[in-house]
Amino acid sequence: MKRLGDSVLLVIGILAAWQVLFWIAGDIALTSPAATAAHLWKLLGTARFWENAAETARAFGLAVTISIVGGIALGVMLGLNRTSGVVSEPILIALYSLPKVTLYPLVLLCFGLGMSAKVAFGAMHGLIPVTIFTMKAIMQIKPVLWRTAHAMRLNVRQTALTIALPAVLPEVVAGARLGFSLTLLGVLIGEMFASQRGLGFMIMSAMGLGDIATIMAVAVFLSVVAIAANAVLLWIDRAIPR
Amino acid sequence: MTASDGSDVHARLTDVTRVFDLASGAKLQALGPIDLDIKRGEFFGVVGPSGCGKSTLLDILAGLSPPTAGTVLFEGKPIKGVPDGVGVVFQEDASFSWLSVHDNVAFGLRRAGYDAAEIERRVTYAVGFMGLRDFAKAYPAQLSGGMRQRVCIARTLVLQPRLILLDEPFGALDQQTRLLMGEELLRLWRETGATVMLITHALDEAAMLSDRVGVMSARPGKFIDFIETQWPRERDSRVVSDPHFGEITSRLWEKLRVESLKTMGTAAPGAAP
Repeated sequence: MKRLGDSVLLVIGILAAWQVLFWIAGDIALTSPAATAAHLWKLLGTARFWENAAETARAFGLAVTISIVGGIALGVMLGLNRTSGVVSEPILIALYSLPKVTLYPLVLLCFGLGMSAKVAFGAMHGLIPVTIFTMKAIMQIKPVLWRTAHAMRLNVRQTALTIALPAVLPEVVAGARLGFSLTLLGVLIGEMFASQRGLGFMIMSAMGLGDIATIMAVAVFLSVVAIAANAVLLWIDRAIPR
Repeated sequence: MTASDGSDVHARLTDVTRVFDLASGAKLQALGPIDLDIKRGEFFGVVGPSGCGKSTLLDILAGLSPPTAGTVLFEGKPIKGVPDGVGVVFQEDASFSWLSVHDNVAFGLRRAGYDAAEIERRVTYAVGFMGLRDFAKAYPAQLSGGMRQRVCIARTLVLQPRLILLDEPFGALDQQTRLLMGEELLRLWRETGATVMLITHALDEAAMLSDRVGVMSARPGKFIDFIETQWPRERDSRVVSDPHFGEITSRLWEKLRVESLKTMGTAAPGAAP
């Protein structure tokens, strides 16, 4: 109950700060919370908004699937072998720190304008953190658990499904949470710079028209979706016994 | 050690050695040669200086790693991989943090495909036996170290092993808990009729629990002495006040002191010739 109260206070605080900022900066820079909500409500009633949202959702769905499924698979493969884990860790961390947006022209050359470039760019952001989290979790499984699996005469498949996977689940969910936000970031950046559809494109075209209300409304919509998804993943994370 | 027909021999090691290949290319003989018969239903304790290969011996008997040379028979058959009927309890906490106590204990039975009623019956018994009834729904993180080790013992116990191997199972517990866990182990041994091999670094634990204690030398580990404790089958931690207990532990320490000093790289001052 207290946690819910805290969250409500936080939202009120943000809205208040936003309103104050609006009074200071004026309507050339941003719209007020009330005006944004009203504009968002109007946007939600248009087919154009939902076409773009569906486009972004499709790209994000594909990219996040690649990030999470691919990242877990890669992480398990790299983590099970100590040498491959130790060798790949610094490489993965270097790739992770790379400002990937500088590679976007290359992605466009490889994948062309459109859906596949967005998906690729999203997956580029999300895949590596999920891989790193999974790999480190697998490498940190207590040796005694492997010995227990061996002593209980479990085969490789049983060991993977009944020991390794549940043992790393908390870390994998934490990695998936990070991968989720970064993939969304990648997909939106992809849409903003080279796309004719999607919410990212909508923000960019609104920017071209000086339509601040639409930029703010879409940003609020995306924030609410991302925060809600993060809350669900966090709830799953907390529900796992450890 | 003369049971030549093997009828009352549960596990037999003949001329067993274990050599490890080090990264430098050198070879390290960790164990042996070892000749050992463990009798059916016996409580056999093993003590030895640290690094003498006690755990290697357990790994070989459990089928977790093969010997470099020699033969290992369990119930008359050579060991290839982990044999059916052998249960192992490790020193480290091996409870599954993602499962409740009940599901931890049921784990092996579910993998082995027992029907639900049988699983329930055996789990209820084992959980009750180890004094975990009130904690069946708890997760390991909510339990003390001693309780978690009980979970691991119960998890092994439900599979009804005929040979139970314990590798310093109480090593991480405090002295009082260790004594009481020792009593529970005795009770388990009496009720199941299983053969038990207990590896320990605690001389009092070995002396109190075992029918027979094997003393191992410094690396490469060999058995240098066997001491029959001659305790009655019905015994508990109160044997520590028996004068005979002092005799056993002092004899164990006499043997072990020399070996332990060797592992510390010191000559044994005043060692008996």
